[in-house]
Amino acid sequence: MAKVVEAARAEPGVVVAREAMFTCSDATQSEIVQDITDNQLDGLVVASCSPKLHTLTFREVARRAGLNPYQYTQVNIREQCSWAHTDDPQGATQKATKLVRAGIARTALSEALHPLDVETTPRVVVVGGGVAGLRAALGLSDIGLEAVLVEREEHLGGLVASLGPMSPHGRSGHEVVARLVEEVARRPGITVLTGAEVVSKAGTYANYHLVVKRGDELLELDAGQVIVATGAEPYQPAEGEYGYGLEGVVTLPQFEALLQAGEGPVAYQGRPLRSVAYVYCVGSRDEQHPYCSRFCCSATVHAALQLAARNPGVSQYHLYRDLRTYGSNEALLSQSRQRGSVFVRFADDDPPEVTRGTTDGGLQVTVRDQLTAGEELRVAADLVVLVTGLVPHDDPGLVRALKLPVGRDGFYNEVHPKLRPVETVVDGVSICGTCQGPKTSAEAVTSGLAAVALAGALLKAGVAQLDPQVAKVDPVHCDGCGTCVASCPFGAISMVDGRASVDPAGCKGCGGCVPVCPRDAIDLKGYTDAQVRAAIDALAQGVLA
Amino acid sequence: MTTVAAAPRVLVFSTNNISDPGIDLAGSSHLHYPPGAVVISLPCTSGIKPSWVLYALQRGFDGVFIASDGDECAYLPDCSERSARVVSQAQALLSEAGIDGQRLKIAAICSVCAEPFARQIRQFCDDLSRLGSGELVA
Repeated sequence: MAKVVEAARAEPGVVVAREAMFTCSDATQSEIVQDITDNQLDGLVVASCSPKLHTLTFREVARRAGLNPYQYTQVNIREQCSWAHTDDPQGATQKATKLVRAGIARTALSEALHPLDVETTPRVVVVGGGVAGLRAALGLSDIGLEAVLVEREEHLGGLVASLGPMSPHGRSGHEVVARLVEEVARRPGITVLTGAEVVSKAGTYANYHLVVKRGDELLELDAGQVIVATGAEPYQPAEGEYGYGLEGVVTLPQFEALLQAGEGPVAYQGRPLRSVAYVYCVGSRDEQHPYCSRFCCSATVHAALQLAARNPGVSQYHLYRDLRTYGSNEALLSQSRQRGSVFVRFADDDPPEVTRGTTDGGLQVTVRDQLTAGEELRVAADLVVLVTGLVPHDDPGLVRALKLPVGRDGFYNEVHPKLRPVETVVDGVSICGTCQGPKTSAEAVTSGLAAVALAGALLKAGVAQLDPQVAKVDPVHCDGCGTCVASCPFGAISMVDGRASVDPAGCKGCGGCVPVCPRDAIDLKGYTDAQVRAAIDALAQGVLA
Repeated sequence: MTTVAAAPRVLVFSTNNISDPGIDLAGSSHLHYPPGAVVISLPCTSGIKPSWVLYALQRGFDGVFIASDGDECAYLPDCSERSARVVSQAQALLSEAGIDGQRLKIAAICSVCAEPFARQIRQFCDDLSRLGSGELVA
């Protein structure tokens, strides 16, 4: 480290170079501010961890010291140097020296940049009117933001609306949704558009223009943020999958409908159920759907408890691979065992077989029980419930309109599952509920409220700051050919007086226009031609060992 | 002209949101690759000037590796096509300058592609060692 500092100190333009144990600590931050103000510095280079971690921290340090935050450069000598080359300490030290030199060279050519303040539109479009979207709309209204709820179906409520009593409160999904819908209707700040779909999004940061199609009608909406809460759908088993298609083989939603169909003993085809087998993880944790659907173990155990209460003496066999009745639902599992449910574990590569039984109208399930040394069990059942999970909607229109990032599993991707759980890489679009992956209804609502908090943080301030690292055209070199205008998918470049001109509010800062200019007249601020070449020079330079 | 450098020098262009996190992850996972590989990160692969590739090779780098966004680019839906155009224009510049086109390589590196990145760089360095250096220094 001392060698790197020494080399940095020898670089032209460097006034202060020092080493710190924890550069992001308060004490070191104060020292940096002191150095900048004492020496009236006009550039700051921090060589430490990845820029993903502390760029904002040190921009703030620069700002406190009166230095323009964009005249600070972060140099990554940890993730991309010391940690990657633990096998070659000398090589790592030489590389760090080069990286620091390149950071210095780049900073020397930096210019002060000023974020553009834009007013934000205090309205949010929520796409999808299930529990997550409904609760998000209410949350937005609570904090004084206008909400427009766009639902593709004619009715609000989504999947939860079809559910009977839910754990732990025992209220039905229908009741939960009805309460939300009633409250939404009462709020003057919430507009509901059913039978409607978002078809396009344009505009600039925190000021978007959406077009919503309802029937033959096209509605235009301004919004500062879009929250996508379009949900997921139950997995539909293939014909023959665990006997699906045989009389008496039903999915979890079909079983739930059966439970809701009447009072008293639960019956199938007019005959009260006496023996039920559940096959877990159908359409979850397989090759096509490698994820766990999270809600189904708990939902099934909860349904089994209802059946036990209504059909005394019923035999219930739960054939599972792993049980995930996590959190407070663990208590349901114990209760269900006490009420006589039998749990049989089968191996991933040895699934149960469902066939027509020998007795009249019954079914037979054959399973090898891993918990009793692989003994083969034959269970006679009146009903086999396939515990189906959730799969993503196929919604190419919305994906195209909002440029939604779709993951390998077909669900939408957040930026970071822990640190930025409802943000997407797309400006102004957040996601919540089961469109980002299977969730319980409580989890869906929680993520809906996280999206509300995100929208509130942006839109309640009234003013948003746009990243000033945008493209700029040198009017002297531009000959007005217009190639760049056509290359910008955001429409941020236009011709003004025969020369290309970039709208800093519309530019996303990708730099895609830079190499297309035949006259080399475009630079991306913060990544200018001069800065990149200076960095290449510094990196190419040899280092004395 | 067969002064073979002991360790090839590779300039990597990465992208702030996609491939650079993948390269970070290689380091966090202590996956080793030769320290002759150094990274310049940009917002998007489509913003690389072909002339930067030529410049780097003329300034003494043995190879340029573009760690592209592939289909994951958050900015440009046609990022892959644009990046391919950058590469073919750069190849034309290299061929004009009499530089072997094998010194430029592009591969999609996703935000968790730590192992593929380390493997690609090791392989590229091996290939460059075989190509030798020397004739490149302007």
